[in-house]
Amino acid sequence: MMSSIKKLTQKRLFLPIFSMILVMLINVVYDIAMGGAPLGFFMISIKNGVLYGRLIDILNRGSEIAILAIGMTLVVSASGGTDISVGSVMSLYAGVCCLILAGYGNVNVQQYAHPLLAGIGVGLLVTLICGIFNGFLVAYMNIQPMVATLILWSAGRAIGLLLCNSQIVYVRVPSFQKLGGYCSIIPTPIIVAAVCVAIAAVILHFTALGTYIQSVGINKRASRIAGFNSAKIILMCYAICGLCAGLAGMVATSRIYSADTNNIGLNMELDAILSVALGGNSLGGGKFSLAGSIIGAYTIQAITTTLYALGVSSAQAPVFKAIVVIIIVVIQAEPAKAFFKKLTKKSGKEAARA
Amino acid sequence: MKKKKINSNNLLLLITIVLFFVMYAAGCAVYADKGFTRLQTFLNILINNAGLICVTAGMTCVMLTGGIDISVGSLIAMDCMILAVGIEQWGWSSPVLMFLILAIGIVFGIMQGFCIAYLDIQPFIVTMAGMFFARGMTAVICKEQVSIVSDKIFTMLSSFKISLPFGGYINKKGIMQYPYLRVTVVVALIVVLAIYLMLKYTRFGRSLYAVGGNQQSATLMGLDVKKTKMKAYILSSFLTSIGGICYCLNTMAGTTTQATGLEMDAISSAVIGGTLLTGGVGNVIGSLFGVLINGTISTLVKTNGKLISSWSNIVTAVLLCFFIVLQSVFALVKERKK
Repeated sequence: MMSSIKKLTQKRLFLPIFSMILVMLINVVYDIAMGGAPLGFFMISIKNGVLYGRLIDILNRGSEIAILAIGMTLVVSASGGTDISVGSVMSLYAGVCCLILAGYGNVNVQQYAHPLLAGIGVGLLVTLICGIFNGFLVAYMNIQPMVATLILWSAGRAIGLLLCNSQIVYVRVPSFQKLGGYCSIIPTPIIVAAVCVAIAAVILHFTALGTYIQSVGINKRASRIAGFNSAKIILMCYAICGLCAGLAGMVATSRIYSADTNNIGLNMELDAILSVALGGNSLGGGKFSLAGSIIGAYTIQAITTTLYALGVSSAQAPVFKAIVVIIIVVIQAEPAKAFFKKLTKKSGKEAARA
Repeated sequence: MKKKKINSNNLLLLITIVLFFVMYAAGCAVYADKGFTRLQTFLNILINNAGLICVTAGMTCVMLTGGIDISVGSLIAMDCMILAVGIEQWGWSSPVLMFLILAIGIVFGIMQGFCIAYLDIQPFIVTMAGMFFARGMTAVICKEQVSIVSDKIFTMLSSFKISLPFGGYINKKGIMQYPYLRVTVVVALIVVLAIYLMLKYTRFGRSLYAVGGNQQSATLMGLDVKKTKMKAYILSSFLTSIGGICYCLNTMAGTTTQATGLEMDAISSAVIGGTLLTGGVGNVIGSLFGVLINGTISTLVKTNGKLISSWSNIVTAVLLCFFIVLQSVFALVKERKK
C-alpha cells in the first residue's frame, strides 16, 4: 500500500494532476454547501447556440496561459531561466496588429485599413523578432535570462502604447472578433490553444528537438562538446517563446476586439512561469514535461475561476496564488524533501519498534 | 599613496556617473528656458525618487549575493495601505504604524530569506510569491484608495521643507525662492551612506561580496553562506519598508495599484549603476546614480511635454540594454585575458 502510494507520488505528472483534482473537489464541496447540484462544475450545456459551463469557461479563459506555457516550458528547460517579457510582448502584438488594422491615430474603426492576415502576420513577425532578440542576448551574449528579458519587459508594453498613442484602439469587425469568439459552438481560443499544443507535441515527439533542448538544459558545455550547437538551440527556444506570446496576444486581442495595451498580458508572465512550476518541471532547466505545463496552466485558470466563484475579488486573488506557489515550491525543494524523508523514516522505525 | 588602477568594474561606475552628468547637461542646454537649470529641478528628482533610492540600496545588497528581490514594489503598496488605513480607519498614530511597518518588513524578509537560503528555492520564485502575497494583502486590507489627511505628525513630515541657504532665484512675483529638500531625501541619503559604509568596512558587507563572487570559496573560507544570504533578504525588505514610508510621504495615499513595476525600476537602476546580476560586483553609489539617471530621463520627458510618458520606459530599456551588453563584453574580455 505504502509503496504504491510512493510510486504514484514519484510520477512526473502527479503534482499537476493532484492539484487539478484538488481544485475540482473544492468546487464540488462548494456546490454542495451552497445547495447546488453536486456535479454542477462538470455540467456542459448549450445556451444561445454555444457551449456553456464552468469547465468550458476555464478551458476558454485558460487558452492564453496554455499557449504561453508551451514557449515558457522550452525556455525554462533549455536555459534554466525564465522569459519575463511574454506579457509585454503580448501587449506589443496588440499594438502592432491593431495599428495595421485600424491605421495610425484611429481609435474606433468599423472596417479594416489593411487585410486581417496582414495585421496578424506582421504582429506575429514582430513577436518572433522579440523572441530572437531575447534569445540572442541569452545565448550569444551570455546574459542571465531574467535580465535579458527585463529589457523587453519594460520596452514592449511602452512601444505598444506608443503605437496606439496611449489610447485603446477598437476594431469592430466581426471577422476580427472571430478568433476570440466562437467557432460554431466551440469557443475559438480553445481550438487555437489545442492546435498550438498539438503542433508542439508532434514536433517534440517526432523529432529529436526535445532531447536536444533537455541535453542543453542539463549541461550546456557538455552538449556543445557532444556536437550540439547549444547557443542556436537556446536561441530557437526563445524565438518559439516569442511566437507563442504573439499567438497568446492574438487570442487576447480578439477576445476584447481592441488593443488595450495597458492591460493585455498584464502579469501573464507570472502565470506562465507558475504553470511551468506547477507542471512539475524544475525551474533550473533540464528535463521537462509539456503535458505537465499545460495541465498546470489550466489548473491555474481553474484556481482563479474557483476563487472568483467563491467571492474573492480579482485584486485579492493573488494572496491565494502566492500560498499555492509557496506550497508547491517548498514540496519540490531538495532540503524539504530530505527533511520529510527523515521524518517518515523515523516514524517508520518507531512503528517497527512498536 | 597607492595608485589605484581603473579596472572594468570601476570603469562601469565611471561610465554611469559621466552619463548622468552628460544627460543632465544636455537637459540644461535644451530646456534652459523651462527652468531645467534650476537647482530645484535636480532636488525634485531626489524628492520624487527618495523611496526608490532606499529600495535600490537594498536591491543592490541582494544582487551582490547573486539573487533578486521582485517583491519590493508590492511590499511598498502594502506598507502605504497599512499606513493609510491605520491612520484613517483604525485611528492609530503614525509613529506606531511606522514601527509596525518596519517590523513587518523584517518578518517578510525572514520568511523570504529562509525559503531562499535554507530551503534552496530560486530567489525569483520565492520573491514572486512574496509579490503576489503583498499585492493581494493590499486589497484584503482595503479595496479602495485611502488618502491620509488626519494625522498631524505624518502630514507635517510630508510637507516639511528643508530650505537650502543658497541657489535661490527670484520668481515672477519678485520673491526670493530658495531650493528645498524633503525629510525623505535626508532619510534616503542616510540609507545610501550607511549601506556604502557597511559594504566597505563591515564583516557582513565584505561577506556579501564574497558569497556573490564565488559561493564555494566563500564556504571554504568559513563564511556562513546561508546566513549571509538570508540577512541580505532581510536587509532588502527592511530598506524597502523604509522606502515604503518615504514613498507614502510623497503620495499621501494607499491604493492597490501603487508602485506597480517599481521592482523593475530598482533592478534596472542597480544594473545601470554597475551591479552585476551574477553577484559579487557592485556599488551602492552606482545604484544611486542609476536612480538619478532614471529620474532624469522621466523629468526630461515630462519637461518636453509633447512626448508620451512611455518614452521614458523605452529610453530606460535602451540604456539598460546598453549597460547589460557592456557588462557582458567586459566579462568576455576578462575571460580572454585569462
